[in-house]
Amino acid sequence: MQQETLIPKIGVVTDIRIDTPDVKTFRVVGLDGKKLFEHIPGQCAMVSIPGVGEAMFSITSSPTNEEYMEFSIKKCGCLTDWLHQMDVDQQVTVRGPYGNGFPVESALKGKDLLFIAGGIGLAPLRSVINYVRDKRENYGSIQIVYGSRSKDDLVDYQEIIDEWMKDDGVEVNLTIDREQEGWDGHVGFVPNYVKELGPDIHKTVLVCGPPIMIKFTLAGLKDLGFTEDQVYTTMELRMKCGVGKCGRCNIGNKYVCKDGPVFRFDQLDELPNEY
Amino acid sequence: MLSLAIAKLNDFFAALAAKETLYLPVDNDAGQAQYKKWAEGDTLSQALNTVRSAKDFFFPQTENLVDFKVDGKKIEVIDPRSESEDFVVFGVRACDARSFTILDKVFLADPVDSYYKSRREHGTIITMACTKPEETCFCTLFDIDATNPEGDVRSWMTGDRVYFEAITEKGTALLDSMKDLLTDSDDSAVESQKAETKKILEKLPFGKLKMDEFKGENLLKLFDSPKWASLSEACLGCGTCTFVCPTCQCYDIRDFDTGHGIKRFRCWDSCMYSDFTRMAHGNPRLTQLERFRQRFMHKLVYFPSNNDGEYGCVGCGRCLAKCPIHMNIVKVIKTLGVEQ
Repeated sequence: MQQETLIPKIGVVTDIRIDTPDVKTFRVVGLDGKKLFEHIPGQCAMVSIPGVGEAMFSITSSPTNEEYMEFSIKKCGCLTDWLHQMDVDQQVTVRGPYGNGFPVESALKGKDLLFIAGGIGLAPLRSVINYVRDKRENYGSIQIVYGSRSKDDLVDYQEIIDEWMKDDGVEVNLTIDREQEGWDGHVGFVPNYVKELGPDIHKTVLVCGPPIMIKFTLAGLKDLGFTEDQVYTTMELRMKCGVGKCGRCNIGNKYVCKDGPVFRFDQLDELPNEY
Repeated sequence: MLSLAIAKLNDFFAALAAKETLYLPVDNDAGQAQYKKWAEGDTLSQALNTVRSAKDFFFPQTENLVDFKVDGKKIEVIDPRSESEDFVVFGVRACDARSFTILDKVFLADPVDSYYKSRREHGTIITMACTKPEETCFCTLFDIDATNPEGDVRSWMTGDRVYFEAITEKGTALLDSMKDLLTDSDDSAVESQKAETKKILEKLPFGKLKMDEFKGENLLKLFDSPKWASLSEACLGCGTCTFVCPTCQCYDIRDFDTGHGIKRFRCWDSCMYSDFTRMAHGNPRLTQLERFRQRFMHKLVYFPSNNDGEYGCVGCGRCLAKCPIHMNIVKVIKTLGVEQ
């Protein structure tokens, strides 16, 4: 039987991690206990609770994780509210993977990488970060600049402290928007922090976060001397099918679900500013 | 060429309907032509075209994609489809026949939409050449020949006879199965009818609009045109144009709780609606200007730029006839088709 893209598979939620007050990370496997499908970092999947809704989420785990997939999901609507109140062993439906993903086996290979994330924007980048950490020999240096509203809103905080910060050749720079008790790290918005850090302008940049953060970060990078063809981002628009047919996630003649979600900024320049 | 006396057309329908389901345009009680499952006593509508397009046959307004049984934390996925049955659609016009090839480019592109594909495989299309194109028709703009439509079988009605010509294997098989009713005829009557109709087609007011500006290279220039504001100003966002359009293919996916399980449906949707692109974090198309622009940019620029220059319009004229504020694709082409 051919692959039916609109008919989902059953996934079982085997672990729910509370990341922040409004973000949880859900671990999902198939009914056979194995990973549902293989993916490329940056690709997405449609997750659904039948009768509640179906929506596109980035797969936050790395493909190098052979046991399960993870989705970091912010509580912000009907479906995500439901997902946030469910318990382990709940079944969900999953279909995918969708989209192009980051060019981890082509354009990013051998490059010094600078990851810039804001808030839940770390979710898609975490897949790439853990992929390049697991295939360290294929990439140059790794720098991660990550910021959130407060210390409590940093997604994957424990993993960042316990694993990323302890890796050789990985530099992690955390920041929060406002002073907070118990935080002795950097305080300030991500775009400004990036400018303060003044990263090497030969790095390849992967950025994801709220639209306003991306806008100012890109402007800051350009001030530092980066060009648009060095900077990748991942987009989010409303989707229903995931395969470029339902007609709603287009930016100009590109469908985010199929031609994206990963775009280089020079590619976005050729498209209408409607996202 | 094979032919049949018009007086015998009902015998032809009866013979077809005895083999598989037959649909054809029939006038309803309100006098409007609609595709209907043929039954004894139904007569072919004399209208130029049906009010709704023929896309429903392959892309129905609602269809059940998948069913779920939910039991506590457990979910069961059920494919609700049963074996599709063969069907014939008679009397499709050239514009609607072309819309199928446009829809094919969406639904048969990788990954193939198996729901659509199955219907395409099970359907046989008998098209009917136009003889009285109306002033709202502009199929010639898209190189569609209304006198020689595409399809599995094409037909012409002239004088007191209907003439048939098979185009595809499916069409040949269909005519073979009807050969007891059909007689061999020369094509002189058809040729003279084609010539007559072409004279009308040449005089249609919108048949020769300027399309040169509508190409991928002009994408940003057209998108940024200030003219969208006045074009979209009166648009009500009712979505009528998208529902009667034979090429509009945007859809929504929604779940319905029947009380015994969950049914997931695919339904037509419209880019003209305000919640079409609305997300938790915002909406990239906030006003009717953006939504209006999306519809026409898609048909005139985005779709052709991805499909070797083929426009997402067939010139059927339904949107011209049905828009409550008399805005339509022809006005958009006229306004933006001149050098900006």
